[in-house]
Formats: sequence, structure tokens, C-alpha cells
Amino acid sequence: MSTGEVILSVKDLKVHFPVKGGGLLSGPRMLKAVDGVSFDVRAGETLGIVGESGSGKSTIGRAVLQLIKSTAGRIVWLGQDIAGLSRKAMKPRRREMQIVFQDPLASLNPRMTAGDIIAEPLTIFEPELSPQQRKARVQEIMAKVGLLPQMINRYPHEFSGGQNQRIGIARAMILKPKLIVADEPVSSLDVSIRAQIINLLADLQKDTGVAFIFISHDLAVVRHVSHRVLVLYLGRIMELADGGALLGHPRHPYTQALLSAAPVPDPSVEAGKTRIVLEGDLPSPINPPSGCVFRTRCPIAQAKCAKEVPALESRGGDAGHVVACHFPST
Amino acid sequence: MAPILSVKDLTVRFSTPEGEVSAVNRLNFDIEEGDCVGVVGESGSGKSQTFMAVMGLLAANGRATGSAKFRGEELVGMPIARLNKIRGSKMTMIFQDPMTSLTPHLKIGRQLSEVLVLHKGMSERDARARAIQILDRVKIPDARRRIDQYPHEFSGGMRQRVMIAMALICDPELLIADEPSTALDVTVQAQILELLQDLRTQEKMSIVMITHDLGVVAGLCSKVMVMYAGEFCEKGAVGEIFHDPQHPYTRGLVSSIPRLDKAEDGRLIAIPGSPPNLQRLPKGCTFQERCTHVFDRCIAERPALTGFAPGRAKSCHLKGFDSTGAVIR
Repeated sequence: MSTGEVILSVKDLKVHFPVKGGGLLSGPRMLKAVDGVSFDVRAGETLGIVGESGSGKSTIGRAVLQLIKSTAGRIVWLGQDIAGLSRKAMKPRRREMQIVFQDPLASLNPRMTAGDIIAEPLTIFEPELSPQQRKARVQEIMAKVGLLPQMINRYPHEFSGGQNQRIGIARAMILKPKLIVADEPVSSLDVSIRAQIINLLADLQKDTGVAFIFISHDLAVVRHVSHRVLVLYLGRIMELADGGALLGHPRHPYTQALLSAAPVPDPSVEAGKTRIVLEGDLPSPINPPSGCVFRTRCPIAQAKCAKEVPALESRGGDAGHVVACHFPST
Repeated sequence: MAPILSVKDLTVRFSTPEGEVSAVNRLNFDIEEGDCVGVVGESGSGKSQTFMAVMGLLAANGRATGSAKFRGEELVGMPIARLNKIRGSKMTMIFQDPMTSLTPHLKIGRQLSEVLVLHKGMSERDARARAIQILDRVKIPDARRRIDQYPHEFSGGMRQRVMIAMALICDPELLIADEPSTALDVTVQAQILELLQDLRTQEKMSIVMITHDLGVVAGLCSKVMVMYAGEFCEKGAVGEIFHDPQHPYTRGLVSSIPRLDKAEDGRLIAIPGSPPNLQRLPKGCTFQERCTHVFDRCIAERPALTGFAPGRAKSCHLKGFDSTGAVIR
């Protein structure tokens, strides 16, 4: 499954944003959106990132693409550290890594036709193409994502949400990238359309070997599409494992709570389920709890959790299954 | 016992610049005392507008016809003054986005007690005591202090609790919840669902749960009504709808969702196409373009919602599906 070579290696990534407030002399306060995150992505695999709002999952995606500046850490893309690269130095890398957004309509220019939107990356990166060649490439990718050739001159508002997401995917795929960051690509779509888009992404991966970082708050969707899953809480990784292992044998109390909280579409399963209901809400990332950031809502927190930050380690389990908890399930 | 809400031939039409749109088409259903009914559908299926019509909350260009009786009293066309005695007190509704449903410049306590002063003629002082009590009931920590705070000082999950508190404060007989947990995080959603579950089992409240999320329905509801293009395509008990769906759309919905409790890989079974344009509905079945079992009759004739087993109904020309999922012709 994930035997491909490592194409992206993120090491101790931090993204802090200055926010208003703080004292006159103390300098700006920092919102720690991402605070020391390390992971790899291999060629052809899907790494799922799951977390609640404010966990930093989208920030990681954007920092990997250098759409926002990282504060610290390394982002090694195909052997080159791209953290802090200038716009000009970053540009040739952009054709290798693309993004698909949550809201398809909002991420497409309403005054451009579907054909022009999909062709835009080509006009930037392959300006030598003749108009005929460009049109052929656009039609090829449109067919691949399930859009009809006669739709090429239509505008985004003439398409449904699912079709607009196909346009967004076609635009991301046309340069044959090695990695696509898909940020909640199905969350705004209707239930019956979601499965179509999830299947499309799987087909494209099989055909082209593209890797995905698939970001979502929906554990079931992430589990279905991902080879490995990373669970994020307040800017830190709680657990990282193969999808199957994470689901069948969650070791972090937060992962266990997330799994038990997600409603399962089966009344007999729901009836027999004991839900771990976490108290309260996500703490503020401006002033995160000391030690383990999850301890304020953790059902098994002890004194040690307030003092020491738990490292992300395998802690007696499989080498590929790491957990940041002082007292993980075995 | 007579149903708490009885809806007959309810139709909702909107006049738009492009002409009339029929969002809800001749619905018939009852909500029985103590029921928890899930209304499932995608955007545009009419699930929200059905209950906006019941509550008399349709937009200015919307018009409801037919009948919706609450405890025998006709709601469609009821004068506003009378309607205001019922909604907000005996029958209440909570919405998806708690921030836009609360007044930002009024303290939570004021927004809660206002209803009591208005509907029940309580004194300010009693109303405030009751407001604190109800905030406790929906598990707002430190209710005595928080009652004097403004909506922006509450998190999303807390605001939804305040909305539920507001809906509960007059002891309603029917609670209509329109996607109450959709905007919330999974762990906070679990808290809200737990609270609704409590209300259902401990206080025997009748609940209508409008949602697109089949998982929410599975955990909470006893009956399900599935909507498509402004009509019911299937009704039944929750177990029947999930384990033995008899309408191709319901079958498609149930099988297209990735399941957390099953380690399946490979492709999801997706419903092809997208929901139809309500202004250009076909003559026959509204689901015909997406249905893999479509035949001549589906194109010629719109199937009516027909009962086929106790408590079950569907609108489909097919005879049904057997336990292996094969079509019975």
C-alpha cells in the first residue's frame, strides 16, 4: 500500500499567527495553529488528516503548499526544503503540488468558463502549447473527471455542486501533480454526490499515482479514503497509524472519543454503543493547556499529563502506529 | 390517541423570477405523541420547508396550502396572533446556525426570560429563576453567571444549548430540530445528541429531527421519512429503513455512506447524477434519471406513496427488493 518512496517529509512544523491583545510591552500574543508536527507522505498514498475545527488541519495543508508561511520546521519536498522559499523559487514546485478546496463554487472564478478554469494552470506552466493542444488536454482531463465535452463553454453557476467540484479536481490534475492537498473536498456536497467524488479521487489515484493529503472532520470519510490517518488536536498530532489499525485499535483517548462520537448509520450499532462524551470545548490555541493539550477534556488525565508533553512514539505497539499519550491503551 | 401533528396534502410553493417552484408536494403524515421522527433528505428535497410551513415561517414569497393540524387546530392560514400563542410555546423549532438565531446585543438571560414573560405572563424575577434552571438542564456550566453574558461569549456548542434551552423553556409538546448538530464538531455534536436523547426518554418529548445525516437518525429516531424532490419516497421504522430499504433512493443513500464500524475498502456504491431541478420535474417518477431499475411505467406515471406493510410506505413502481437486494418484479 504505502511502499512508495517518501515525496514529502514534514519535520517539526510550526505555524504561529500573531493576534491582537497582550500587554503593551509583552509583544503580540501568538496563536499556535500548528505546533510541532512531523509526518511523511509517500508517492501514491493518501494521508488522511482528521481533526475538529481549530485543530490546525487546514493550516498544515496550506503550509505544506507554502500558501502560508511556516514559523519553524522543515518541509522537505522531493529532497528540497521548501519552507521559506521565495515566491519565484517556489513557482516551479507548484506544478507538482496542487490543492482542491471545500467550497467548489467559491473557489472557481464565476466569470471564466469551465474550459478556461481548467486550462489556466496550462497557460501558466506550459505556455508553449498551441490552443488546439491545450483544448485537447482540457478535454482529456474533463473526460477523466466525468465532465461532458459540451460543458467546456459553460460557467460555474450553470453546474451543480458536485460538477463544480469535478472542475476543481480537473484544474488540480491537469498538470499531473505528484501531490494534491484535498481540503474537505466533499463536506459541502450532498450525501448522494459525496460517494461519486470519493470514488473519482480513488480512480484518479489508481490511474496516475498521485498522492493525496485528505483533510476532513469526517472520520468515516477519512478512514475510507486514506491509507494512513493522522489525528490532530489543537495543532498537535495525537495519533498516527494505518487506517485499519487506527479504526480497529485506537490507542489515544481522543481518537477513542472521536470514534465513539461519530454517529454510525445503523440503528442496531447505535443502540448497542457506549458513547464517550467529552466535556466542554476545544481550549484556545492562544493559551493551550500545559503538558498534554488534550488533558483538560481527557477522561483518564493524571498529574503527569499537566507537566510533561507526551512525545509521539510507538509506546510498545507497532512501529508504524504512534501515539502522543502518557497512558495509551495497549 | 390523536396525533400531536397531523399534516394533509401540504404543498409549499415559492414564486421566483423564473416562475413558480413547488418545493413541497402534497405531503401527508402524522407525528404521534412521544415519537421521534427523522426527516431525511438532501438540500432542495423540501425537508426544512415542510416544517417552516408548519411553523408559519415561510419566506415572503412562499405559500402553503393544504392542512397542518396541531392538536386538532389548523395552522395553515391561522392568524399570526393565534399562531404566536402556539409556536415558541407548545411547538418550537431549533435551527442549524445558533449564532444567527440569537440576538447578538441581548444578554442570554433576557432572550430566555422574554418568552416566559410574553407567553406565560411570569414576573421578570420568576422568569430569570426559570431561565437559570433551564440552562442547568441543558448542562450549561455555571448557569447563574453565564446568564448575564452575551451570545458571542459562548462557543458554538454552548450556543446550540442555549437555543435548545430557549425551545424548552415553555415545556413544548413538540420540538422540531432542523440540522441542530450539523455546524458543530463531532465531539460537540455527540453532546447535543445525548441531550436530545435525554429529552426524548426522560421527558417523553415528541421530536422531529430534520437532517441529511443518516448517522444522527440511526442513533436518535424511531421512525424515518425520506424525502426526494418535495415528496416522500419512503417511510418506515428506523430499523426497516436502514436494514431493509425498499425505495431505490433510500437503498442508494444507505449504501453510499462510508462506514466507520466496518473495515471496507474499495469503491462506494454511489447514486449517479444529481437531484432534479424542481422547476423542470419529469412527468413520471422524480428519481427516474438516477434510478438503475427504471422501466417504462416510471417514465409515464408518477408513483404515489403507497403502504405496503404495517407502518411502511414507498412511492415506487417496483414491487420491492428481497433480502439479497435483488429486485422483485
